[in-house]
Amino acid sequence: MATLTTSAPRVALPGFLKHQAVRKLLMLALAAAILVPLAHARWSSGTWPHALTVDLTDPLTGASDWIVDNRDSNPLFLYFFGYLSNGVVLSVRAVYLVLLGAGWAGVTAAAALVAWRVAGVRLALGTAAAFLACGLLGMWVPTMQTLALMIVAVLVSVVVGVVLGLAGGLSERLDRGLRPILDTMQVLPAFAYLLPVVLVFGIGVPAAVLATVVYAAPPMARLTALGLRGADKEVLEAVESLGATARQRLLTARIPLARKELLLGLNQTIMMALGMAVIASVIGAGGLGDRVYQALASVDVGAALAAGIPIVLLAVVLDRVTAAAGRAGDGEPGSHRAGWLYAAGAAVAVALVGRAVGRLDWPDAWTVSIAAPVNDAVDWMTDHLYSGVPVIGGTADWAGHFTTWVLDPLRAGLQGLPWWAVLLLVAAIAWPIGTWRTALTAVLALAATGVLGVWEPSLDTLSQVLAAVAVTLVLGFATGIAAARSDRVEQVLRPVLDVFQTMPQFVYLIPVVALFGVGRAPAVAAAVVYALPAVVRITTQGLRQVDPAAMESARSLGATGAQQLRQVQLPLARPALLLAVNQGVVLVLAVVIIGGLVGGGALGYDAVFGLAQGDLATGLVAGAAIVCLGLMLDRVTQPADRRVKKGA
Amino acid sequence: MRLRDLRLRTTAMTAGASALLLLTGCGAADMTKQASPFANAQGAKTVTLSVQSWVGAQANVAVAQYLLEHKLGYRVDTVQVDEVPAWDALSQGRVDAILEDWGHPDQEQRYVDDKKTIARGGDLGVTGHIGWFVPTYFAKQHPDVTDWKNLNKYASQFRTAESGGKGQLMDGSPSYVTNDKALVQNLKLDYQVVFAGSEAAQITQMRQFAKEKKPFLTYWYAPQWLFKKVPMTEVKLPAYKEGCDAEPDKVACAYPHTPLQKYLNADFSKDGGRAAAFLKKFKWTTEDQNEVSLMIADQKLTPEAAAKKWVDSHTSTWKAWLS
Repeated sequence: MATLTTSAPRVALPGFLKHQAVRKLLMLALAAAILVPLAHARWSSGTWPHALTVDLTDPLTGASDWIVDNRDSNPLFLYFFGYLSNGVVLSVRAVYLVLLGAGWAGVTAAAALVAWRVAGVRLALGTAAAFLACGLLGMWVPTMQTLALMIVAVLVSVVVGVVLGLAGGLSERLDRGLRPILDTMQVLPAFAYLLPVVLVFGIGVPAAVLATVVYAAPPMARLTALGLRGADKEVLEAVESLGATARQRLLTARIPLARKELLLGLNQTIMMALGMAVIASVIGAGGLGDRVYQALASVDVGAALAAGIPIVLLAVVLDRVTAAAGRAGDGEPGSHRAGWLYAAGAAVAVALVGRAVGRLDWPDAWTVSIAAPVNDAVDWMTDHLYSGVPVIGGTADWAGHFTTWVLDPLRAGLQGLPWWAVLLLVAAIAWPIGTWRTALTAVLALAATGVLGVWEPSLDTLSQVLAAVAVTLVLGFATGIAAARSDRVEQVLRPVLDVFQTMPQFVYLIPVVALFGVGRAPAVAAAVVYALPAVVRITTQGLRQVDPAAMESARSLGATGAQQLRQVQLPLARPALLLAVNQGVVLVLAVVIIGGLVGGGALGYDAVFGLAQGDLATGLVAGAAIVCLGLMLDRVTQPADRRVKKGA
Repeated sequence: MRLRDLRLRTTAMTAGASALLLLTGCGAADMTKQASPFANAQGAKTVTLSVQSWVGAQANVAVAQYLLEHKLGYRVDTVQVDEVPAWDALSQGRVDAILEDWGHPDQEQRYVDDKKTIARGGDLGVTGHIGWFVPTYFAKQHPDVTDWKNLNKYASQFRTAESGGKGQLMDGSPSYVTNDKALVQNLKLDYQVVFAGSEAAQITQMRQFAKEKKPFLTYWYAPQWLFKKVPMTEVKLPAYKEGCDAEPDKVACAYPHTPLQKYLNADFSKDGGRAAAFLKKFKWTTEDQNEVSLMIADQKLTPEAAAKKWVDSHTSTWKAWLS
């Protein structure tokens, strides 16, 4: 916790804020002086008091058993969930059949032509290359399965998101009710969404699609609402004065004016759905994610990478194309339509030729195996870096030292503190940074983990998150500063960041184990690798956006490079840096949870255990605790003006 | 133009939704009778097999898949699901068969005997055994480590950063059957159970230890290909007696030897045609399975290539499954 408290506020707090912070802390101390003795007398100190926990095991196990026994007879399942599940299966199947029917040539041509119409020739070529690469890697069919699942999930997410967004954009009251929920949904680790869906739908594609929708719809809703609210008042008045009805105003003015936000929302939704597509393989999504997951079972990093690369390629292509669509101006409507017609015609023609030649499936002879060289490289790395490197020691030694000197004391410290002291600590950090409301939410969220009976594992997970965030911030800020000061560094970094941000988290896990062994250290390492790109990017952007005039005047006053950085750039970029901290925390938590698969233990292990053993009581409690932890961490680091963008 | 676009899309969506309704029919929709959306695409007959996360199970599936595809003309989809959820998926028909089950009496009672949605598919022919193992190079230096009574003497040698002051007993995936926490406690051992969280992580760690000839104590099971790469010796626990593992908290005995079983979805078992008949007859030996596993996990052959190699050299074995 030390890193969080000291690094952020010390950057530069204007004088009055400092006083305000002191006042808040004083008030907190006062409240503590009254409440702590009471709590101590009533429940004693030490770990979370047993009297304050609620055991949910029996009701949850009962519910789970009831569902299994009744889902083929109960009307709720037959007439509601059954249809939902059926609908998902049928639509995924329909899309899948269309994709297979178009053949690899047809799909590639269609994708490239869409990219051409939306974003120009360069992206079209890139798109075609990306799809061909998926085929070359021998991943054509899994890619199509993932694509079919994604298309359905994204469409549903967009519909749900737009409906929610319309509601929020048109009604003030709904907006106030929805916004905190949507805000919160965006910061929760994807893993926490899997369990409740599995409880109702069982393992399989319907559960995977629905979990993806729940995860991916919020950004669409938020951005739709934002776009509708941000519409130019004067235009609206002009439309109104022309006598348009409310419905006409919405369709002809407000929605078109919100186009940019809508497309940004689509972009975010697609990226989040892709991220989920891999994690959902744990609950039977099939496709590329499943290949990654299966490859990891035989410790085959190369094969995992061969399935991971198509995901990255799909992500980069979809990201660039939808981003370009958001930027594109409005051309001549007539030529637009003609262009689309040509494009559609060409795609159909290619698909038909493919059919006629009988080349629908990707030919086996055209695949390249990258697994062997990649595995050789990984083996070499682990052979030479694991231990016995002169002077600096091997990675295994680092992991051991990190565990003994950082993770253990941190965990022991947190778990050793009386429970009320931990809550006070959270309040003391959250209040000065945010408002009393965020502080209260944070404290209640953490207390909820105690009530659920998982206080100790939650603090264990928390200690891992804190250690990982500290490392991420040190590395991320240093890299971000370097990138902000030199264009060349930024140019080199950009593609690297792109790839690392879209790579499925699972792919990291095995090389990390090979380097750091089993335990909490590899979980932390994977989390750092995953969160670093977002932190670097936000830091770089924040520093670059600092007013050039301020920099100029500092330079003219004879400030050295370091002085400029410390006294001008960093203070002015403070909101961006706080945002970086917030994003870092959220992303780190997501991976520390997955770290349960490599020995991270604590809540992540419980969640995995719940899924693996079908013991939903353990899993759901862990999932709920993860939600609480995510909420707490987000609120503690919540910057005053939260941006819409999510790092991953 | 945009307005029309929107309206067009709405019409398309409504049409799609109503088509969906038509397709699903108007009666009840039973979620437990829905196959995978990727099954039977383009008229191909499809079988969906559950692959568990360990390589032995991958070997079973690889060979079955190869034969189904190349000798019987099926298309095979595989899904990786953990053991207990796989039972649920099997009962719902989302997968058609599990080829290697290590014994789940609760699930068997519920799905096979009560609900009759799953049918037994016979022996796989392989016997599974779980136990505690130390590397053979360490057991040779310290022969008495192979008796559990002496384990406490060696606790300090098995210590790692994760196990704190105690010795480390490494467990694997959370999906595996394990009594280790209870065993450590009831046998009063000075050990800490550290969960690797997945078999992949566990294997990677064991190989790293073996490379440096470091001592380690681990939960492991046979048949397993890793024994060929890292020879290991079993530590004798108090002998297994029928029923000694009935109460999870009080277990103080070794793990049993389990003949591994196959299970089929009940409907698939009845109407699955040649595929179902073939899967019921599928039966091989521990050596066969290890041969294929080793090719997959150690020589890094794709499961398909490994299966082809095995099939080409064991014609008489698999011919019997097809008759």
